[in-house]
Amino acid sequence: MRAWDRAARRWGRLLVGLPPYVWLVVFFLVPFLIVLKISLSQALMAIPPYTPLLEWGEGTVLTIRLAFSNFATLFSDELYAFAYVNSLRLAGIATLFCLLIGYPAAYAIARSPRSVRSWLLLLVALPFWTSFLIRVYAWIGILKTEGLLNSLLLWLGIIDTPLQILETDRAVLIGMVYSYLPFMVLPLFATLEKMDLSLLEAAADLGCRPFRAFLSVTLPLSLPGIIAGSLLVFIPAVGEFVIPDLLGGPDTLMIGKVLWAEFFDNRDWPVASAVAVAMLLLLVVPLMIFQKLQNRETETAR
Amino acid sequence: MTGWGRNRATALYVLLGLAYAFLYVPIVVMIIYSFNASRLVTVWGGFSTKWYAELVHDEKVLDAAWLSLQVAVANATLATLLGTLAAVVLVRFRRFRGRTLFTGMIAAPLVMPEIITGLAMLLLFVAMEQTLGWPEGRSMTTIVIAHVTFSLSFVTVVVQSRLAQMDASLEEAAMDLGARPAKVFLVITLPVIAPALLAGWLLAFTLSIDDVVISAFVSGPGATPLPIVIFSKVRLGVSPEINALATLVVVVVAVAMMVAGRVMLNRERRPHLAETSSPQPL
Repeated sequence: MRAWDRAARRWGRLLVGLPPYVWLVVFFLVPFLIVLKISLSQALMAIPPYTPLLEWGEGTVLTIRLAFSNFATLFSDELYAFAYVNSLRLAGIATLFCLLIGYPAAYAIARSPRSVRSWLLLLVALPFWTSFLIRVYAWIGILKTEGLLNSLLLWLGIIDTPLQILETDRAVLIGMVYSYLPFMVLPLFATLEKMDLSLLEAAADLGCRPFRAFLSVTLPLSLPGIIAGSLLVFIPAVGEFVIPDLLGGPDTLMIGKVLWAEFFDNRDWPVASAVAVAMLLLLVVPLMIFQKLQNRETETAR
Repeated sequence: MTGWGRNRATALYVLLGLAYAFLYVPIVVMIIYSFNASRLVTVWGGFSTKWYAELVHDEKVLDAAWLSLQVAVANATLATLLGTLAAVVLVRFRRFRGRTLFTGMIAAPLVMPEIITGLAMLLLFVAMEQTLGWPEGRSMTTIVIAHVTFSLSFVTVVVQSRLAQMDASLEEAAMDLGARPAKVFLVITLPVIAPALLAGWLLAFTLSIDDVVISAFVSGPGATPLPIVIFSKVRLGVSPEINALATLVVVVVAVAMMVAGRVMLNRERRPHLAETSSPQPL
């Protein structure tokens, strides 16, 4: 009976674990291997538009053709290098601004009366639930040369010629900070809310000024939230396509836009794949830190 | 309010208010201008609902909305199912082979740039069609598969935290009384984590109905979801018709969220036998 039980339990575990595991391997892991494979093949005017890596030659000779030319293209054409650097730069600045705006907001929510806290939190999460595309779109009407912001500033007499904001990197930054702000606030709130406030009292009792106490107690304790929030903003922002496409100009180069153009406009699947592989390589370290953090969350939660 | 004075508190709430203003002003402006009679963006030509009327007669938009709705429901249901199973695996199964790979595959889609996921999914579908003959072209099926793949992780995170907070002694008691694991899950665990399932379902639903980039890769001429239609219109510039469409989307989602939020807050306020709330200072 006991043995039967154990066997049943093992089957039960498999039954629970296998579906998500298999799904993720087939539809998440394998696709990346295919991207890697295609990044090493050559473009072809065919369906699908790339050469096979493995080919059965005469008899049974299996030839492997690896084309590193796509990666060579990435290195030789400085457009790609510029796009990568610019993506990292814009994503970095956006992350910084999200932190500067998001930290005080998360702090205020975490210290607000319990009765309103859930609602304040819901108000932060709500834009995240409404359409991302629409929220980016909403900024076009505001930032246009003849848009609302310029009209307002002209009317107030602050400027006398309209500012060119739309179709610049600045507009892309505004869009990124706006879209990703909730991702920064929510993890920050989670760590700040969990904080033991008696630590601050202890610091105050020992004669520590509030600002000092913030620097030496609150800030270090909220570090996991800062890192989690920053990664949640930075990683997707590096590969962002919709925001630079709608708010940026023709010379706003970001790697997501380059990949899109290679794939949809040039129909060069191998180069698009190589761009994706190179982007992933840039993101490997942040991704690994993120996974570590997620893991620790699971461990401590248990 | 120990540790910080009144002024500091006021300053903090002003900053919070500014952050909310930043988050909400663009949406409010867009909603106001959806009722603008004038086609020009900055000129107020009087109140009108004609853009909404125009929308109702736009076949293409209606078709796309219907498709998106179907995809979102299918995706949310499938993602909740798989995501919940994954959460059970992460919280209840301590050690198993390939755990690191599994947690990696759950964490990565949360932050992976959509453009990479989209490209990878499309290349997989093309390779599968070549070798297996399935799926034939790009259709609703391919969109659902792609959406489930990236949204199931979000469900897992939501369900996982609820599951971890849950008092395990109830499950153990039921087990001691001879209930089989499957029964314990259905009778004890499921009711307790139900709010998280609802939250996860809604999250997966909105992620799907909102997605542009991944859908652009895996959708075909026969199956165009709403965000793709909106995106191609938006690329041509601002128009009151899109404002109207966007307003409808925002209102529907906001109402759904408010209702869901109410339900969940009420549940949390009611002391529930089966739960131990996490320790909260203050």
